[in-house]
Amino acid sequence: MSHLAYVGVLAACLVGTAPLEILLRTRVYARWHRLLLSLAPTLVVFVAWDLYAIHAGHWTYDLHRMTGVLLPGRLPLDEVLFFLVTPTCAILAFEAVRAVKRWPVGDEPREPAGR
Amino acid sequence: MSYTELALLGVTGAVVVDTVLLRTWLIRRRTYWIAYGIVLFFQLLTNGILTGFDIVRYDPAAILGWRIAFAPVEDLLFGYAMVTLTLSTWVWLGRKGVRT
Repeated sequence: MSHLAYVGVLAACLVGTAPLEILLRTRVYARWHRLLLSLAPTLVVFVAWDLYAIHAGHWTYDLHRMTGVLLPGRLPLDEVLFFLVTPTCAILAFEAVRAVKRWPVGDEPREPAGR
Repeated sequence: MSYTELALLGVTGAVVVDTVLLRTWLIRRRTYWIAYGIVLFFQLLTNGILTGFDIVRYDPAAILGWRIAFAPVEDLLFGYAMVTLTLSTWVWLGRKGVRT
C-alpha cells in the first residue's frame, strides 16, 4: 500500500474538492472543454520544469511510495497526475469563491448592447 | 539554474502571462487572492506530507534551505506560478467564449 502514498494525497485533493461542484455549482467538470484547455499549458510548462529538475538533480523521489511507473525522462506518472490534479483543484477553489462572493473576475458575458 | 532561480523565474513568467500576455489581470482581483489563499493552505498540508515523509527530497545545493511546513520555500513560488498560470488561462478562455 505504501506505493500509493503520493497518489493517495492527490486522490484526497480530488475527493475533498468534489463537493464544491455539487454544493456550490462551480461547474468546473461540467465545462470540461474549458478545463482541459486550461490544464494544457500548465501541464506542458511544469512537466518541462520537472524534467529539467530531475535531470539537474534538484529533487529526487522515493519511488517506493509512488506508483513506480516512470515515463520517458525518468518522470514519475504520479508527477504528471499532480500537474493535472492541483490545477483542477485551484480552478475549483476559484469558482467556489466566485460562487460565494459573486465579484466579477473578467470573463463575464457582456451585457447586450442598448439595455 | 538552481531551483531558487527557476522558482523566481516561474513567478515572474506567470505574472507576465496574467498581465501582459493574456491581460486577465487576476492579480488585481480579490476572488483570485482568496482562492490562492485557500490553495496555499492545502498546499502547506499536502506538500508537508510529501516532503515531511521524504517522498520528495531536495538537493541542498539547489535551494536556499528555508523551510515552511517541511517544504522548501521555493515550493511556494512553484505552486504560486502553477496556480496563476492555470487560473489566468481559465479566465482567458472564458473571455474568449469557451463556455463548455
